[in-house]
Amino acid sequence: MTHQFPALSPEQKKALSDIAQRIVAAGKGILAADESVGTMGNRLQRINVENTEENRRVFREILFSSDASINQNIGGVILFHETLYQKDSSGKPFPALIKEKGIVVGIKLDKGTSPLAGTNGETTIDGLDGLAERCAQYKKDGVDFGKWRAVLKITSTTPSQLAIQENANTLARYASICQQNGLVPIVEPEVLPDGDHDLQRCQYVTEKVLAAVYKALNDHHVYLEGTLLKPNMVTAGHACPKKYTPQDVAVATVTTLLRTVPAAVPGICFLSGGQSEEEASLNLNAMNQSPLPKPWKLTFSYGRALQASALAAWVGKSENKKAAQEAFRKRAQINSLACRGQYVVSGKTDAAATQSLFTASYTY
Amino acid sequence: MTHQHPALTAEQKKELSDIALRIVAPGKGILAADESVGSMAKRLNQIGVENTEENRRLYRQVLFSADSRVKKCIGGVIFFHETMYQKADDGTPFVQMIKDKGIVVGIKVRGVSDGFGGAESAWGCLDGLSERCAQYKKDGADFAKWRCVLKISDNTPSALAIMENANVLARYASICQQNGIVPIVEPEILPDGDHDLKRCQYVTEKVLAAVYKALSDHHVYLEGTLLKPNMVTPGHSCPTKYSPAENAMATVTALRRTVPPAVPGVTFLSGGQSEEEASINLNAINTCPLVRPWALTFSYGRALQASALSAWRGQRDNATAATEEFVKRAEVNGLAALGKYEGSGDDSGAAGQSLYVANHAY
Repeated sequence: MTHQFPALSPEQKKALSDIAQRIVAAGKGILAADESVGTMGNRLQRINVENTEENRRVFREILFSSDASINQNIGGVILFHETLYQKDSSGKPFPALIKEKGIVVGIKLDKGTSPLAGTNGETTIDGLDGLAERCAQYKKDGVDFGKWRAVLKITSTTPSQLAIQENANTLARYASICQQNGLVPIVEPEVLPDGDHDLQRCQYVTEKVLAAVYKALNDHHVYLEGTLLKPNMVTAGHACPKKYTPQDVAVATVTTLLRTVPAAVPGICFLSGGQSEEEASLNLNAMNQSPLPKPWKLTFSYGRALQASALAAWVGKSENKKAAQEAFRKRAQINSLACRGQYVVSGKTDAAATQSLFTASYTY
Repeated sequence: MTHQHPALTAEQKKELSDIALRIVAPGKGILAADESVGSMAKRLNQIGVENTEENRRLYRQVLFSADSRVKKCIGGVIFFHETMYQKADDGTPFVQMIKDKGIVVGIKVRGVSDGFGGAESAWGCLDGLSERCAQYKKDGADFAKWRCVLKISDNTPSALAIMENANVLARYASICQQNGIVPIVEPEILPDGDHDLKRCQYVTEKVLAAVYKALSDHHVYLEGTLLKPNMVTPGHSCPTKYSPAENAMATVTALRRTVPPAVPGVTFLSGGQSEEEASINLNAINTCPLVRPWALTFSYGRALQASALSAWRGQRDNATAATEEFVKRAEVNGLAALGKYEGSGDDSGAAGQSLYVANHAY
């Protein structure tokens, strides 16, 4: 406890810090395109497209071959393992396609949930075995950041002390291993929106979870300036009868973060967790307009909330490629404005943008 | 863990938050005038003055008679128990004198430390703390201070010492808030030793991380607290010398990694630094290029009073001159808290020379 055995050299620290800063540079956020095969199945099924490797490749190509100006709004893209090794129709590997736009490539590193016996259906996350070797390989293959999603849920008896402790500890181990291999770890302790709890309850639980996460990161000697946080926004549960405004969400969320996230963390990239595209943008915007202090960047790491319209425009048809790209570009631009608190809602909203993307007990 | 049982009402939270913000308003810091009887003995001994209750009263009167200039730079004064109930020559209670200047009154609540199991100090005085806080609140105090001590040696601070001190600070903080008192949380890591700057930074980060986890566990309302840490510096007998900019970078980095932005202010202890050193270091902290989301100010004892004590020497005739010395130091530190102090010119030559090291080396 008393002597330091430095985990990283100053050069390693600088490299990690630089990567993190690039991802959350002003007005930029993350495209979470790391849906697992099963999850992509859900997406494609909604638009009646078969879940084949080629279809998954085609859709990701639509996103990644967007005009280079997308790099004004997107600082990083998270990939699933399969996607990292796919190529566009001209044979260019996806990482190269992304990197040549100046966007940082990331990879989903966790291997999903595993039950914690003796709890009320709570889980921990697998993926630590062989993680160092995988990170080293991914770094060689063009990746500069990783993502690991832990999951907690609110019920009358959860999250338990064990679930909070165990998930915080696993996140810290993952983060430490990433940094040893030159990858910036995105730390994602998602408190699910399932349930009928109110905003205050979500805030209370999120504060406890984040306090545990940052204590664990400190215990594991993780270099905070070379990490990013991907938390849930603080919202009421999906089945909560009481409705809250984006301003309510913003105040509750920023207050929670001020109480738990050290200023050394360069950026906080929210997950969209089933919010519609528009909701996710409005909430992020409200946070960035809030008069509360914000010593970290507040930005996005959206999956569904960046891709819903694009998917709906594509519906599996190659002639819709441009329309799909345009839909994606539009959401990216809106979220970029939301990062600066400058998103002004125009009169019309389209159906796909407001459609709730909530799936109960969401797992990848 | 999952359901909240709110410790404070919205009104209680607002009151605590308002008090804290008043203490660390821009350009303001704290006069730590809470020396125990034993500590005052050392101070008075150095200037050849007998340690009587009357002399202690006369000396505090010197400080508290400062004119309205201190309103701009002193946000709070920490009292020792005896002093809370003393009066000026004209019968005005000291507490009244301070409050009349718009300054918040605070009280040291931790008494003598009891050792446990040997070398490291631990807690005492939680018993009856709630009743004492309630009484102090009635008697005019709006904040309190509790000092825990840790030291760096080859095998300290131990995990136990860190955890135990963090826990007792959190209990103290919780009890204070229940009684409308803003707790100043002081986990001092002593400067004794020959360890270098990096070691102090490492230990400070570990200690502060434990403190804030304990405060979270104990449901303490951070916006209604203040932190009083050591600056990050090398040990007193460390052969390597560091510039104020290096100490500042190490200090601000350590705080950025551990102190949630919700904490309104960090009021550094001076811990044996000279008056000028303490001001120069505070100024460097406030000009550090990293983002600093809390007020960074002073809670100085010796570093605000040394000149005043030497000017006073126990003589009534010297009182005005002594008060003036105190006001001067208070104004200098007020500037340092804003990053606007340019140094006295005497030692800022070599000491002020920047030996800047990029922040990722910390």
